[in-house]
Amino acid sequence: MTLPDQQGDPVRTTAASPRRHQPQRVPVALLLPAVAGLLFLVLPLAGLVIRAPWSTLPQRLAQPGVLTALRLSLQTATAATLVCLALGVPLAWLLARTDFPGRRLVRALVTVPLVLPPVVGGVALLLVFGRSGLVGGWLDATFGVTLPFTTAGVVAAEAFVAMPFLVIAVEGALRGADTRYEEAAATLGAGRWAIFTHVTLPLVAPGIAAGTVLCWARALGEFGATITFAGNYPGRTQTMPLAVYLALETDLDMAIVLSLVLLTVSVAILVALRDRWLTSP
Amino acid sequence: MRARRIRATLAALALMVLTGCGGAAQTTGPRPAAGGVTGTVTVLAAASLTESFTRIGRDFEAANPGVRVVFNFAGSSALAAQINQGAPADVFASANPGTMRTVTDAGNGNGPTVTFARNQLVIAVPEGNPAEVTGLADLARPGVKVALCAEQVPCGAAAKQALGAAGVPLTPVTWERDVRAALSKVKLGEVDAALVYRTDVAASTADVDAVEFPESARAVNDYPITVLKDAPNPVGAQAFVAHVLSDGGRSVLTGAGFQVP
Repeated sequence: MTLPDQQGDPVRTTAASPRRHQPQRVPVALLLPAVAGLLFLVLPLAGLVIRAPWSTLPQRLAQPGVLTALRLSLQTATAATLVCLALGVPLAWLLARTDFPGRRLVRALVTVPLVLPPVVGGVALLLVFGRSGLVGGWLDATFGVTLPFTTAGVVAAEAFVAMPFLVIAVEGALRGADTRYEEAAATLGAGRWAIFTHVTLPLVAPGIAAGTVLCWARALGEFGATITFAGNYPGRTQTMPLAVYLALETDLDMAIVLSLVLLTVSVAILVALRDRWLTSP
Repeated sequence: MRARRIRATLAALALMVLTGCGGAAQTTGPRPAAGGVTGTVTVLAAASLTESFTRIGRDFEAANPGVRVVFNFAGSSALAAQINQGAPADVFASANPGTMRTVTDAGNGNGPTVTFARNQLVIAVPEGNPAEVTGLADLARPGVKVALCAEQVPCGAAAKQALGAAGVPLTPVTWERDVRAALSKVKLGEVDAALVYRTDVAASTADVDAVEFPESARAVNDYPITVLKDAPNPVGAQAFVAHVLSDGGRSVLTGAGFQVP
């Protein structure tokens, strides 16, 4: 947490000539709620750290299930993010760059998984992709493939819940991007696909990156849809959030340890990626 | 046929055990409050009690005008954790004694805990029993998908005990978080069978059939109830517990598939 230098002169005239790097007095009306907001977000985390059973931490981390669940979580969240990228970026482009009847309705539908309680999402997935579901029954009869209780089912559940985050972020970036570059490319004879890959994508890369991070983080923390659709089996469908939930039934300390592991790893990965890919403006 | 005879014998045995405990419950149970019950009674109860306690609560409200019963139904362990973290509540009804002990050992119980109901496992199968399950051994057949409760929750502990007693090595496709989640996998046809409580099948009207199995007698689940130490409404709490133990409460519980002491 770094606060701008408060010792500096109160420069009243800077408002007229905004120079970015000159330290300014932060308005109290912004600072107070900002700090309150930060505390509200960080204090529960501190609670976990304070309450953690540090003395028994090594033994608990060495328990066999922990690494398995962590690896499964990272793998499925990454796979789900890839699925979301492959399907979500084109969907965002469609929503932002084309006009078709019912587009507003489609955009509203895309956000449905955001407002749907994840458990309900899991039930909905079962009704469609379950063994006797609309699509799942056909998959089972034709290919002998069933999604529930498989790792692929975990990926499906996570992708269902996380994709809206990506679509909304990328659509926002596309709408904010200057379309004159695309128009210029079109006047120079580029086709729509070439424009998409060579102009549009690089233009909205930061938006895609931000959406990807949101999507991955949401997939990593997914619980309700996963346990409902994919069930809970160690090594196959038991991701970290599921392990935390079940540990909570009998062993609060273990649940805290698992939560901390998940938090530490995910924050470390996000920070590393941010330094590498996302240099903030 | 033979299974039925065994079951009858077991039922008779169970009845003897239960009536034996009934006397203890009578003497140690809280006495009904002599009127003056007012306000709100907050009851934390195991998820498997949802239907029966909702009815008992309605009867209790009818018998005590001006009293309101508020329920919070969830997994017993989650409720115990809430109580031990200071959740304000008057009564706790757990689906197993071990979970109740975590509350009483932490000093959060007030007065005796009383066993007010018992529950047994059955095999829940989708309507029509597509996998033709007739007993525990069928669950271990290859190709039969089974959902069990996770061992951390009471129904999972009971399932483990019953399977151990029967000597059936069973690998489920999923360890569900609670008994209702296991049952819903059966209802949706995603699994061929699940081990759940008899009362859970009784509570769900359609889509599910129950297959009884003799080994379930080896994993009978006791349901203890207690008034909590920090009860905001101790008088109401005593009266509610007394109502659960009364003839009216017992008949609701029996109707829901519980055995009562």
